[in-house]
Amino acid sequence: MLDDAAYLSRRAEEFRAQVARRLDGSLTEEEFRPLRLMNGLYLQLHAYMLRVALPYGTLTPARLRALADIAERWDKGYGHFTTRQNIQFNWPRLIDVPDMLDRLAEVGLHAIQTSGNTIRNVTADPFAGAGAGEVADPRPVAELIRLWSTDHPEFQFLPRKFKIAVTGNAEDRAITAANDLGIRITERDGRRGYTVLAGGGLGRTPVVGQVLADFLPEADLLPYLEAVLGAYNLAGRRDNKYKARIKITLAEQGVEAFRAEVERRFAALRPAFRGADRAVLAELRVRFASPALRNAPTDSYDAARKADPVFRAWADTNLRAHRAPGHSIAIISLKPVGGVPGDATSAQMRAVANLAERYGYGDIRAGLDQNLILPHVHLSDLPALHAGLRAAGLATANAGLVTDIVSCPGMDYCSLATARAIPVAQEIARALDGIAREAGALSIRISGCINACGHHHLGDIGILGLEKGGVESYQVTLGGRPGTDMAIGTRAGPGFAADEIVPAIARLAGAYLALRRDPGEAFSATIARTGPAPFIDALYQETAHAL
Amino acid sequence: MAKAFHPGFVSANDLATGRVIYRTAEGRWVQAPEQAEFITDAGAAAARLSAAEAEGHIAVGPYLAPARPGLRGPEPAHFRETFRASGPSAPARVSWGADHA
Repeated sequence: MLDDAAYLSRRAEEFRAQVARRLDGSLTEEEFRPLRLMNGLYLQLHAYMLRVALPYGTLTPARLRALADIAERWDKGYGHFTTRQNIQFNWPRLIDVPDMLDRLAEVGLHAIQTSGNTIRNVTADPFAGAGAGEVADPRPVAELIRLWSTDHPEFQFLPRKFKIAVTGNAEDRAITAANDLGIRITERDGRRGYTVLAGGGLGRTPVVGQVLADFLPEADLLPYLEAVLGAYNLAGRRDNKYKARIKITLAEQGVEAFRAEVERRFAALRPAFRGADRAVLAELRVRFASPALRNAPTDSYDAARKADPVFRAWADTNLRAHRAPGHSIAIISLKPVGGVPGDATSAQMRAVANLAERYGYGDIRAGLDQNLILPHVHLSDLPALHAGLRAAGLATANAGLVTDIVSCPGMDYCSLATARAIPVAQEIARALDGIAREAGALSIRISGCINACGHHHLGDIGILGLEKGGVESYQVTLGGRPGTDMAIGTRAGPGFAADEIVPAIARLAGAYLALRRDPGEAFSATIARTGPAPFIDALYQETAHAL
Repeated sequence: MAKAFHPGFVSANDLATGRVIYRTAEGRWVQAPEQAEFITDAGAAAARLSAAEAEGHIAVGPYLAPARPGLRGPEPAHFRETFRASGPSAPARVSWGADHA
């Protein structure tokens, strides 16, 4: 197995020498840029940005403390959790980055392959090992893929970046259909295998992934992945970066032709995989075994619910069903109303690490919605956990509500952005906070450019920030959803100016409350029943009057 | 057709810190946009960019950013440049930690 600590330490040392040569003028920026990107170091609008992978979203208290240390010592005391289970530090100095990588290496974390045309951080269901109805924990498979894909010599210069997600639950929280390759662990006739989706993605050409293999036997996973990547590596376009993702390869070739090439390659590759991959997977399953969940009375939880309305409100919104009786999954919202979605301070990271140790079996997850999760908490520990979160400013009771807005950094940080996203999220959250509980589950996702890091296509309400005529303009999409039956939202009409977008979204939310049959009817169900017309009318109501 | 020329100043990111910097008429790199040289013709812009590109040990990715005359000197003429000059518009969490720069 890959010796992470030694390998990461060597990589950090190598990068330290590269930074020194850049600073003393031995390397030009043109020479240095690919080297820094291989180590996850971008140059953004205001500063360098270091993107650190949190493989399949799994964190330990030691890892979260290391991230807190890094934020405090070499950044501005906070980190930004992304929509792909990464954390970004927005203000490092170049000379400090090797030290940051060393600190990461101490806890087995790194920033390798968080940039460039490589296989990126493998993402997974953040409720892995805990979610009710799970077929299998996806993390051993995700870790196997991480080990296989890290520094894989054949796949360091792919036509374009390549994202892989894994879920082991019928409820697809890993958004597998929005990835270049999505892997769904399934069981048929008592056998375990994988449904493999390919060609999903958002960005300028949003596509729902197509089934490449309906049921791949468990033993065939790595040779099959190698066949897919090999076929894409050769067929993917290198003449136009906007047409280089596998979704375009599939659109141009057709899924049948691509599948045939994959199967041809697979047949040739399969004999070379003689079982070492399966032996590693078996080891990993042991490593990711469930913690010994305890049995204890839950009366204190019931009593706290009755006695404390603040706790009850948090429990009603931020807890999710656990597979084991007496336990719950606790979502720690990083979306304080008016705050920056996904940001956590060093103090907050340390608080979560401490609380996870005390009440969460030492297990922490980063979601794809920019929140943190404690996947295993005994019900009797929830009142104390809630008190600890309140003390850290982390007890916002809004998981899944309209104020739990997903937002990319937008033009506040990102050099690719065409408009701001964070201030729009902040203002919408403030404007809709009063109706958040009444509205129930209603998702808003905001991207500050067409690259769609805020997954705007997947929101009940999606907002895309663009530049139009030298000013910010915001397009609205309706009816998107992540999950097993992922759908891409439809553009509602012309864009809104920066000072028009918040009232427009408020009208849309108001229309939903007025149009839904009852509080149990989700936004997607209402829009499916009524069609988009009444929502579009509400959205453009003020504009129409102005005309 | 040649792209229309817009007046501007030369901006880049500082190699060591990544921070936004501007080039003055004397060829110094500063953080205040109003101290930048305001460039109003294409010939001067090409010459200044060429000089800036030779200063890769200080400045990364120099380019001519759109600017206009202001009361205290040139100021950004596009909202992207305004944000580059002023920093994030949503610094809620930034204030929780010390700025080491």
